[in-house]
Amino acid sequence: MKDWNRREFLKVPLLGATAVPLFRPQSYSEFDEWPDGAVDVNVTLFRWPFRQMHWDDTDEMADGLRQFGVNRAWAGSFEALFHRDIGAVNLRLARECRKRGNGLFVPFGTVNPMLPDWSEDLRRCHEEHNMPGIRLYPGYHGYPLDHPSSIELLEAAAERDLLVQIVLVMEDPRTAHPLVNMVPVAIDVLDSILGSLPDLKIMLLNAARNVLVQAIPMFVSHKDIYCDISWLDGLQGVERLVTEIPTRQVLFGSHSPFFYFEASWLKMKESILDRKTMEALVKENAKRIV
Amino acid sequence: MRIWDLHCHLSGVDGDTPSQRMDQLLSAADRMGIERICVFMGMEWAYDPEPDELRHQNDQVLEALKGREDRALGFAYLNPAHVKASLAELKRCVEEGPMVGVKLWVARRCNTPEAEEVITRAAGLDAVIYQHTWLKLGGTPPTAGGGNLPGESTPQEVAEVASKVPSARLICGHTGGNWELGIRAIRPVRHVPIGIGGSYPTRGMVEMAVRELGAERIIYGSDAGGRSFATQLAKVMGAQIPNQDKELILGGNLRRMLEPILTRKGIRTE
Repeated sequence: MKDWNRREFLKVPLLGATAVPLFRPQSYSEFDEWPDGAVDVNVTLFRWPFRQMHWDDTDEMADGLRQFGVNRAWAGSFEALFHRDIGAVNLRLARECRKRGNGLFVPFGTVNPMLPDWSEDLRRCHEEHNMPGIRLYPGYHGYPLDHPSSIELLEAAAERDLLVQIVLVMEDPRTAHPLVNMVPVAIDVLDSILGSLPDLKIMLLNAARNVLVQAIPMFVSHKDIYCDISWLDGLQGVERLVTEIPTRQVLFGSHSPFFYFEASWLKMKESILDRKTMEALVKENAKRIV
Repeated sequence: MRIWDLHCHLSGVDGDTPSQRMDQLLSAADRMGIERICVFMGMEWAYDPEPDELRHQNDQVLEALKGREDRALGFAYLNPAHVKASLAELKRCVEEGPMVGVKLWVARRCNTPEAEEVITRAAGLDAVIYQHTWLKLGGTPPTAGGGNLPGESTPQEVAEVASKVPSARLICGHTGGNWELGIRAIRPVRHVPIGIGGSYPTRGMVEMAVRELGAERIIYGSDAGGRSFATQLAKVMGAQIPNQDKELILGGNLRRMLEPILTRKGIRTE
C-alpha cells in the first residue's frame, strides 16, 4: 500500500530556515491544476513475462490510477507480445476490461499481420469487442511497417475508423532479455502511408525524444499522427515537445505498470504548461480522438 | 524531504554558457523541490578526453559553480588514460579547489591499474567517486555487458576495485543499467552504494534495491539534462517502500557520503 500520498508530497513544507519548499511553483501552471478526469492512453494489463511488478494486478492498477485522478486508461495486453493465439489474448483483454476497474479501462486489442487470417482478429476487435482501436507490436512480431500485410492492416483499420497505436519499444533494448529478438521499428515509412491513407489515425507509443524529433515533419504534415509522452525524457521535455509538435497531437501516457506512473505525472509538473495545454495533453486530445 | 541530486550535467540543457545552463538546471530543480545538485562534465561530451579537454571540461563546471555554491557541488571529470593529467586535475579541482568528488566515465575500465591509481588518490581526499557502469546487451551470442564500449565499466568491475581500495567512496553509477544484474553484482561489497539515475523509470528497480542492498546503499540522482528530474524522482516516489527509506535515498545517503569532504572544506549541509 502506498504510504506517500501525492498530496502530502505536494503540500508538506520542509523544516529549517534554509530548506527549499517542495514544488515551489514558478509560473501560473501550478500542479494543483492537474485536471480531473485524466486519460492515460498507454497502460498494459496482465503480466510482463520477465518480472512481477506492482500494478500488474488489474484492480491494483485501477485503484492506483484513480488516486491520480485518471478515469480512463487505454489498455493493451502483455500477452500480445509472445502469444500466437491472439484471438484468446484479445478475448481475455476485453473481458478483463469489462469485469475489473469499473469502467476505467478501454481495451485496445492486438493484431499481428504476420499470423494467418489476421483480418479475423481485426474484425473481432471492432465488431465483437467494440474496441475503438488496436495496438500493434511490430518490433516483437517481426515486421516492418511497410510490409504488404502491414499496409493491408492499416488500410483495413482506417476503413473501420479504428485508431492504430504502434508500440515502438517496451523496454530499453540495452537491458532486454538476451532471448528476446526485438527488432527496431522504423517509422519514416509512415509518412507515405499516411499520405496514401488520409483516414488513418496512428498513435506512436513509447517513442523517445530522438525519435519524435526526427518525426517532427511528419507530425506537422499529417494531422492524425499522435504520440504519448511516456518515453519522453530530458529536462522539461514536455514543454519543449509542444513547441515542436502541435499540442493537439501529444497525449498523456504512462506505460504503466512497466514504468512508475509518477514518471509521466511528474513530467507534467517539471514543464511549465498553461492550463489549456495541460488539459489538452491530459484529457481533451484523447476525448477528441476516441 | 531534503532532496539532493547526485548526478547532473551541463550537456542537454539550454544555454550558451556554463552559467546559463546551471541556472536552467536550478530553475527546473526548484520546480521539483530539489535543494542541491552535483554537477560534472562540460557542455559537450568527451568520451576519452585529452588533458587539455579534461581541464576545459572542469573549467566549465567551475565557472558554473561560481555564485551558486549553496545550490550546487562539482565533481572533477578525470580520465585514467591520462593519469598524470588526472592527478593534476584532482589536485587543482578537489584538493585545492571547491569540488567534492570525481567522475569516471568510459575511457578506461575501473579495474585497470591506471584507474586504480586515480581512485586511490581520490580516496585519500575523501572525494566521492561516481563510476559510470552499464551492462549493455550485445555480442554473439548476446550477453549483458557484451555491448559495452571497450572502456565502459561494469558493476562487477566496481565491486572488484572497491574490494582492492576499501577506503574509496565509490558509487556504482546507473546501477549497471541492467539493474536486476547490477544490484546482485554490487550486493556483496557492502560499503558501495548504487546511483539510480540515468535509466528508464522501470517499476521495481528501487524496491529490489531496498530489499537486496538496504535503503542506506541507494542514492538518488537524475542524469539531467539528458534525463529529467521527473522520471528519476519517480523511481523513488513511486516505489513501494517506507517514507524513511525515501528520505535516505533522496538525500540522506548522499549527504552522509559527502560529509567528510564537506566538513573538511567547511561546506554546510543545512
